[in-house]
Amino acid sequence: MIEILQILLSESFWSASLRIATPLIFGVLGALLCEKSGVLNLGIEGIFVVGAMVGWMAVWLGAGLWGGVLAAALAGALFGLLHGILTVPLGLSQHVSGLAITLFASSLSYFSYRTALPTVSSPPRIDPFQPLDIPILTNLPFLGPVLFQQTALTFLSLFCVLLVWYVLNKTALGVAIKAVGDNPNSVDAQGLSVYGLRISAVMAGSALMALGGAFLTMSAFDAFFFGMVNGRGWICIALVIFASWRPGKALLGAILFGAFDALQVRLQTEVGAFVPSQVFLAAPYLLSIFALVIAARRAEYPRALLTPWFKGQR
Amino acid sequence: MNYKKVLSLKNLSKSFGRIVANQDVSLDLYQGEILALLGENGAGKTTLMNMLFGHYIPDSGHIEVADETGHFSELTLGNPQGAIAAGIGMVHQHFTLAENLDAVDNITLGAEPLRSLRRNRSKAEKKIQYLIDNSGLSAPLNIPVGRLTVGERQRVEILKALYRNVRILVLDEPTAVLTPQEADTLFENIAAMAADSLSVIFISHKLREVLAFSHRISVLRLGKNVGEIDTSEADEQKIASLMVGTKTSHPERMVTSVGSPVLRLENLSIAGRGRRDSLKNINLTVFSGEILGVAGVSGNGQAPLAGLISGMLRPEAGQIILDNQEVKQINPAEMIAKRVGRIPEDRHRDGIVGSMSVAENLIIEGLNEKKFQNYGMLKRENISKHAEALLTDYDVRGPGSAAPAQLLSGGNIQKLILARVFHEKPLLILANQPTRGLDMGAAADVAHRLIEARDRGAGIILISEDLDEILRLADRILVMHDGAFVETETRDRAELGLLMAGQAA
Repeated sequence: MIEILQILLSESFWSASLRIATPLIFGVLGALLCEKSGVLNLGIEGIFVVGAMVGWMAVWLGAGLWGGVLAAALAGALFGLLHGILTVPLGLSQHVSGLAITLFASSLSYFSYRTALPTVSSPPRIDPFQPLDIPILTNLPFLGPVLFQQTALTFLSLFCVLLVWYVLNKTALGVAIKAVGDNPNSVDAQGLSVYGLRISAVMAGSALMALGGAFLTMSAFDAFFFGMVNGRGWICIALVIFASWRPGKALLGAILFGAFDALQVRLQTEVGAFVPSQVFLAAPYLLSIFALVIAARRAEYPRALLTPWFKGQR
Repeated sequence: MNYKKVLSLKNLSKSFGRIVANQDVSLDLYQGEILALLGENGAGKTTLMNMLFGHYIPDSGHIEVADETGHFSELTLGNPQGAIAAGIGMVHQHFTLAENLDAVDNITLGAEPLRSLRRNRSKAEKKIQYLIDNSGLSAPLNIPVGRLTVGERQRVEILKALYRNVRILVLDEPTAVLTPQEADTLFENIAAMAADSLSVIFISHKLREVLAFSHRISVLRLGKNVGEIDTSEADEQKIASLMVGTKTSHPERMVTSVGSPVLRLENLSIAGRGRRDSLKNINLTVFSGEILGVAGVSGNGQAPLAGLISGMLRPEAGQIILDNQEVKQINPAEMIAKRVGRIPEDRHRDGIVGSMSVAENLIIEGLNEKKFQNYGMLKRENISKHAEALLTDYDVRGPGSAAPAQLLSGGNIQKLILARVFHEKPLLILANQPTRGLDMGAAADVAHRLIEARDRGAGIILISEDLDEILRLADRILVMHDGAFVETETRDRAELGLLMAGQAA
């Protein structure tokens, strides 16, 4: 018990939690934005891979780190556009289209990687984002090391939480997005475009998802590996429900999951001798299922989620 | 009232596939006028208004609207934004409100540019308050619309239109969900707004309110103009014959001898999640050979009552006694076995399985019968023979017994359900809103079948929002309010209306 307490009080533990949470923050915000407009985006896992691959590749080709971030976001938005067209005006099953996009986007990423680098055995490395070192702030007790060992992308993710919250709650656009996810007829009757709103929300959400992937190759690691996304997208889909479609709770959920993950790594070294490591690897997922069971019962689903809408059919 | 024309629909036609919804329909509207657009279900009233508001694009014809100065210009078709800009507002029969947002957000939706980074909510609230003060249409502004009553939601819908400075307001069946008193208040508000030069079109098939509150009446039948009449010169007889063309016969209610009790509900309670789905200590007896009418505004406990009798809900306290035996296992199969016939409120959702064939839908409650299956293997030949016979007997028209049931029209789906229910000769029949959305002919057919069943001795519970239907068919009337019953002898509309609103008469 003492060991766990020591871990929970250490700066390095919380610093790691926030780092692990960063891609999830991007992903869960993206999924939330899509779902608020009424579209489930199961393409998230593949869009993570695309973001990771495109961001890294752009930097490797000399676009610069922020050029890479921009490229990843654009690539994500493009896949969002594809998902949007398939599910919104064409009204295809959101589940099927999303899964197809996950398969298509990840395979395409691996394929382009192999095509670009046919003979390389270990992927070329880039110079990733470095921790922001802000004088004075870094020396704050506890908060300093937790916050200021993070890279610019982590701060971008926190800024995005504020941004998404502001847009959804304080702007006319946000009101329209929430309305189209609850009752598309309300938006149509006021002369706004249901298709336009939904496709834009899915594109913006997908761009955020891709940033989550880009964080992996441009901040957490410095190269692109096969299988590096490893289910993070799926976790985000669950976290949205945990967060009951609220950006603030989404941040909380992502950090909580990050903390579980950081904890299990540390516990492995403490008590790894007695308990098989697979138990620890599974622990965050088991805990998130548990948290979901509790939180999802109270979650307020966007009423029009998964329901396609067609003009002139009412 | 002055005679300045504000709107002119010219020769509009619209078909959906082979169905002609509107054919060569024209309509004029004057400033400050309340025009009633009257017609049976399926006469094309809503289609016409949806073309005016840009939800549908007409196949031919055009629409002209006057601006503030009285200058006429042609309206861009198929574009709600264009209609709103031209000063036309529409309140749909099915409300177009986002229930997760409050009234202010719903009202300002679409009125503010989506690109702006900030909203001025307090300014919007002030304008809405001003509109409320002027029109008398009050509603809570700051709680999610999903928590408002139906009457309040409707007022939010109208405020939404007023907020956009409409000069022409279209109301699609505005009183369908209101008590008679609420409806009167609504029309008083509308009359005040019309006096203030708003022009109003309201769609209705209730002759009473049309005669009481409109200035002029335009009647549609089978998608065509069939007549226009000043309300001062109209009476029920005249417009009813315009609406229907020929006279439909309403079955006469004859007093029959009442038999023994077939259903007794004793001290039944259900605590649902809200007023909509709770019952409070209900006692009820239905005798054989009677039609018991349950009146009331929907959402006052009719849904849980119907759920109980059809076996889909279980009570928390109390007993259901059918044919002098307590029902111990309350579930749909048990209720079917005990010969309860069920005509559900939402016939598309609960009455049929749309993707299964008409024949399969007809045996869906009789699957255990040896006639239709043998150790789980269906006897296709018997099933289709059974279907053919019923389709003829009950005059179900459509693409045949092998076609999916969802291809049938609403009226024919109801006939299919009637065939399934009535040929089993049930002891007790639960008819929940059996004529909702049906045209007069199909509705009369349902009424004849109900009376026929009563005359052979079945007990019938008729739940309806249509007070006229209850008055026509029921031998005994109960009024539901807030999850409880009031039994009443009265057949006076005003008194029944007060009971429906929960005030003792």
